Amino acid sequence: MTEPLRPAPLRTEENDGFWSAAAEGRLAVQRCDACGRWQHPPRAMCPACHATALSFVDVAGTGEVYSWSLLHHPQHPSFSYPVVAVLVTLDEGPRILSNLVGVEPAEVRVGLPVQVTFAPTAEGDVPVFAVRELS
Amino acid sequence: MNGSASIVGVGATEFSKDAGRSETRLAAEAIVAALADAGLTTDDVDGLVSFTVDPVEETELVRSLGIPAVRWSSRIPYGGGGSQGMFQHAAAAVLSGAAETVVVYRACRSRSGKRFGRARVAPEPVSGHSGTTAMQWATPFGVLTPASWMSFESTRYMHETGTTSADFGRAVVQFRAYAATNPAAYFAERPITLDDHQNSRWIAEPAIRLFDCCQETDGAVAMVVTTADRAADTPAPVEIAAAASVALFEEEVASNHYRPDLTRFDGAAAVGESLFRTAGIERSDVDVAMIYDAFTPMFFLQLEALGFCGHGEAKDFVADGHLGPTGDLPCNTNGGLIGEAYIHGMNLTLEAVRQLRGQSPNQLADPHVALVSAGRTGVVLRR
Ligand SMILES: [Zn+2]
Repeated sequence: MTEPLRPAPLRTEENDGFWSAAAEGRLAVQRCDACGRWQHPPRAMCPACHATALSFVDVAGTGEVYSWSLLHHPQHPSFSYPVVAVLVTLDEGPRILSNLVGVEPAEVRVGLPVQVTFAPTAEGDVPVFAVRELS
Repeated sequence: MNGSASIVGVGATEFSKDAGRSETRLAAEAIVAALADAGLTTDDVDGLVSFTVDPVEETELVRSLGIPAVRWSSRIPYGGGGSQGMFQHAAAAVLSGAAETVVVYRACRSRSGKRFGRARVAPEPVSGHSGTTAMQWATPFGVLTPASWMSFESTRYMHETGTTSADFGRAVVQFRAYAATNPAAYFAERPITLDDHQNSRWIAEPAIRLFDCCQETDGAVAMVVTTADRAADTPAPVEIAAAASVALFEEEVASNHYRPDLTRFDGAAAVGESLFRTAGIERSDVDVAMIYDAFTPMFFLQLEALGFCGHGEAKDFVADGHLGPTGDLPCNTNGGLIGEAYIHGMNLTLEAVRQLRGQSPNQLADPHVALVSAGRTGVVLRR
């Protein structure tokens, strides 16, 4: 049996840079060109300095699980259940909603170190996370 | 806002899983009932307030009700979290003189129509101003329902405070006990034990079981708001002693994933401070509270944010029986959104009015002050 295919993300003028980077296998987060503020989800303007010059800048792709949830019901054919959903705090600061892959659901916990990887949709990859082995 | 506006009439349809008629008709029926309750007619109505996400068109409603002239209308954002903001809008209208008598209403078919709890994978770029702005960030990851969106703050809260699913369950057992003796409740005559709660299936583990979830309901609730002066001529007015709405930076409704500390509902704390200050009351003056129980963890976060107990102490407050009829803070005496129905928070305000009028199915002894919290909006009602 093949893995179900996730729905493609919705592209908007504000978020396109994020998904375009992901489709190329890069995790890039919006950053203010003027004051350097990282922000996610991306937006139309920097709320700190009101600059509109904003760029999607590659991040390290490392972080840790801030919170998590095993989603059991209702179920949709685009996913395998339980869905292991996580909020990850990136080392650069922003928090991002995603999935933890390649992990036993019982092993998910707050504080797990994670590393970005990518998963396919019908229209390009999206960033997901795997447990990062600390050396 | 000072407290010289009043709720003078309340009306509702039956609460069901399939109303078999349109939202417009449900709203019209509830409004006719609310006006009759107030001893007023459609000729008295010159203002309308509803939710941005309500499907009923003002024009269609006026065509059906025969309201001669609408001089004020507005809609509140933020979905159910914004529900109590309707009273802030209505009070602002009547106190400014923009309108004299304002009808507030919410009609939904959240079970037989577009189910609230369904799994949706088609993200929309805008959210009908519901405050749930980030769906495009959730759908590619299978985070598809309100319970799943709200599960992250819940898990983190459990992690930091040591709260367990059984702790949540003790609140649900109380809500279901209230619902059991409320004939209008979906769960009328169906109380549960803590074991029943713990045996209900996971929706979002480890925070939300099936019995932690609010209902999906068809129905409508309407209320009539006017000035205290005009209210004096009506049979059973209830004063809006305070109404508040606070939307904090990066605090989204349901998809609240980006505030620094998700274990504290900062917006609800700000609403509470405003309500208590404006009404000129202490927390101990609240005789009965209705607190938005979309999912049990959100009830816990509000209980703490409103200052009824400290951070992480809701589990002890609940276990000590304070939500019950003889507790320090009887809560959700209609059974709440979990036990009675889900008219997007409006049935909580309805129950607050019933308590103050002595008309609740679980009537408390002579309450004078009721607080309703929908998280980012709230009201204090007084008689
Ligand atoms: Zn900036």
